[in-house]
Amino acid sequence: MWEYTDKVTDHFKNPRNVGAVENPDGDGLAGSLACGDALRLTFRLNEEKKIAEAKFQTFGCASAIASSSALTEMLIGKTVEEAEEITNADIIAYLGELPKQKVHCSVMGREALEAAIYNYRTGKKLDKHIDGEVICHCFGATDKEIEKITREQKLATAEDVTHACKAGGGCGQCIPEIEEIINRVIGEEQAEEEPKPKLTQLQKIKLIEETIDRQVRPILRRDNGDLELHDVDGDKVIVKFIGACVSCPVSAVTLKDVVETQLREAVSQNIIVEAV
Amino acid sequence: MKQPVYIDNNATTQIAPEVTEAILPYLTEHWGNPSSMHNFGGQVKRALDTAREQVAALIGAEHPNEIIFTSCGSESDNMAIRGAVDAMGGHPHLITTRVEHAAVLGPCHYLEDKGFRLTTLEVDRKGNLDLDVVREKSMSGKKTVASIMWANNETGVIFPIAEIADIIKEGGGVFHTDAVQIAGKLPISVKDIPVDMLSISGHKLHAPKGIGALYVQRGTKVTPHIMGGHQERGRRAGTENVPYIVGLGKACELARERMEKDVVHERKLRDRLEEGILATCKGAQVNGDPSNRLPNTTNISFEYVEGEAILLMMDDQGICASTGSACASGSLEPSHVLRAMDVPRSSLHGSIRFSLSRYNTEEDIDTVLEKLPVIINRLRELSPFADD
Repeated sequence: MWEYTDKVTDHFKNPRNVGAVENPDGDGLAGSLACGDALRLTFRLNEEKKIAEAKFQTFGCASAIASSSALTEMLIGKTVEEAEEITNADIIAYLGELPKQKVHCSVMGREALEAAIYNYRTGKKLDKHIDGEVICHCFGATDKEIEKITREQKLATAEDVTHACKAGGGCGQCIPEIEEIINRVIGEEQAEEEPKPKLTQLQKIKLIEETIDRQVRPILRRDNGDLELHDVDGDKVIVKFIGACVSCPVSAVTLKDVVETQLREAVSQNIIVEAV
Repeated sequence: MKQPVYIDNNATTQIAPEVTEAILPYLTEHWGNPSSMHNFGGQVKRALDTAREQVAALIGAEHPNEIIFTSCGSESDNMAIRGAVDAMGGHPHLITTRVEHAAVLGPCHYLEDKGFRLTTLEVDRKGNLDLDVVREKSMSGKKTVASIMWANNETGVIFPIAEIADIIKEGGGVFHTDAVQIAGKLPISVKDIPVDMLSISGHKLHAPKGIGALYVQRGTKVTPHIMGGHQERGRRAGTENVPYIVGLGKACELARERMEKDVVHERKLRDRLEEGILATCKGAQVNGDPSNRLPNTTNISFEYVEGEAILLMMDDQGICASTGSACASGSLEPSHVLRAMDVPRSSLHGSIRFSLSRYNTEEDIDTVLEKLPVIINRLRELSPFADD
């Protein structure tokens, strides 16, 4: 037995705005019979370009019906641009709470809204073409969808992903692949967030030397050139070209595009490289 | 509080008043240990013996000492499968079906992960097994442990256990059957067919939860999974749950006495319920072999509506049933039984199991037949597919 809030129960038992708007301006479908839940959302705008009428038809559980009903209530009175801002978290907040296993019902609301707005703007049906590689065959979820939802909702486990979009909730064979995607996303986000450690001057010089040895010198040597570190003054790195680089007409470009770029990436964004 | 219309008896049953009455003295005055040498414990030992006879009588076991008391049906299933595999030694071939209860599939898959070969038999659209396939698989040339249920908990479909047991024994295997859903509902007699082990559960036949039994035919080797004292002739250690064992014994005696009457009563109500639903609810169809199933069970799919929504609306009207739909359980996968039967996707998510007991009445059926069509109509009106 699920613990539903009074508001979920109310919207399930007394759903608002059931049906389909006649001659709708926007008409979108999300989900399918095979997945066990589906939602068709239709809306009509008034002269002020605000949503005057929004209706839903849902095949699904109590949370799916309540989420759909809540979504239509949230839409009425909004412009399409305002409606576009509604997220699945907003639907959950409107209902008070959804059991985490039912979060996907609110995601279906968001998807149907996207489909209806797409239909309003283009006059076409949002053809959910398969983008990416299908990972979860039970619910037809691709790696790109899983990655998107993991990023957007900051999910940390395969269970979270299943609650959010059903992927992995069937036979479970794809769970290792889902975990791989989650680990990659988390890794990327951590790498973005982690500030580079502050280096002492000595550590900075060592890192500059290492980067020149490992990443810069091999590139220059391919053209019989080379350089050596002349001095480091704060963030200013002074190098001295040797070999073919000395007489090379594009050595200034090499200095910025190769040497400075590599050092900025490895050591600090503030590095400025000059040649003596 | 008004009692609900309870038609979810394959989940659990009401404790029979006669059972409660039988239990009470063993919670109050007769609290001795049945293993004690003194008479205060000895009296309790005699109550255990009586219960063992009552359970043996229900399933037609020749010797009461072939009954081992356990804590539940799941424990009986686990003990039978793992105990038989362990006692057989080597690497026996395991055979089961796709529609078993989790208490059987769990240990089978556990053993498969440990490197045992597992064959999981398919069922057809009606939920029946192909006996030629059972024969072919059981002649694998390896020692076999087969566990095949007698009656399915979701659809009520009954497997021909006598024939299956013959086939497995011909192949030289050990045969266990999970009889949790059939025991007490239809007559069974283990002395007439070569079943080696059989599980039953108390709370499915009007005894309390937390008590079960495993029939182990004389001569069948099974390693105990709880080791320690000499209780249950060394096959399951731990001081016996005397009050509940007494209750199970009484429930088995009642079931035996009333079975003929109960079968007629339940079948009549079930058939009326089923016919009424099919006549009044659009897109309703029965899952499972209509002529070969438990008299108390019907599993009905409602096209284009979802099971949890039906269940909650019925609950709101004071009707308790069960759904094999995904959304009402923690998992998202619809019932593995209905999937194994290839129930079409348009119906798969909207299945409801109605299971009756001797305590259901004509009025219960009237209530369901009055409320359910309104609910189904309402949900179909909500559905985007109903007009398709």
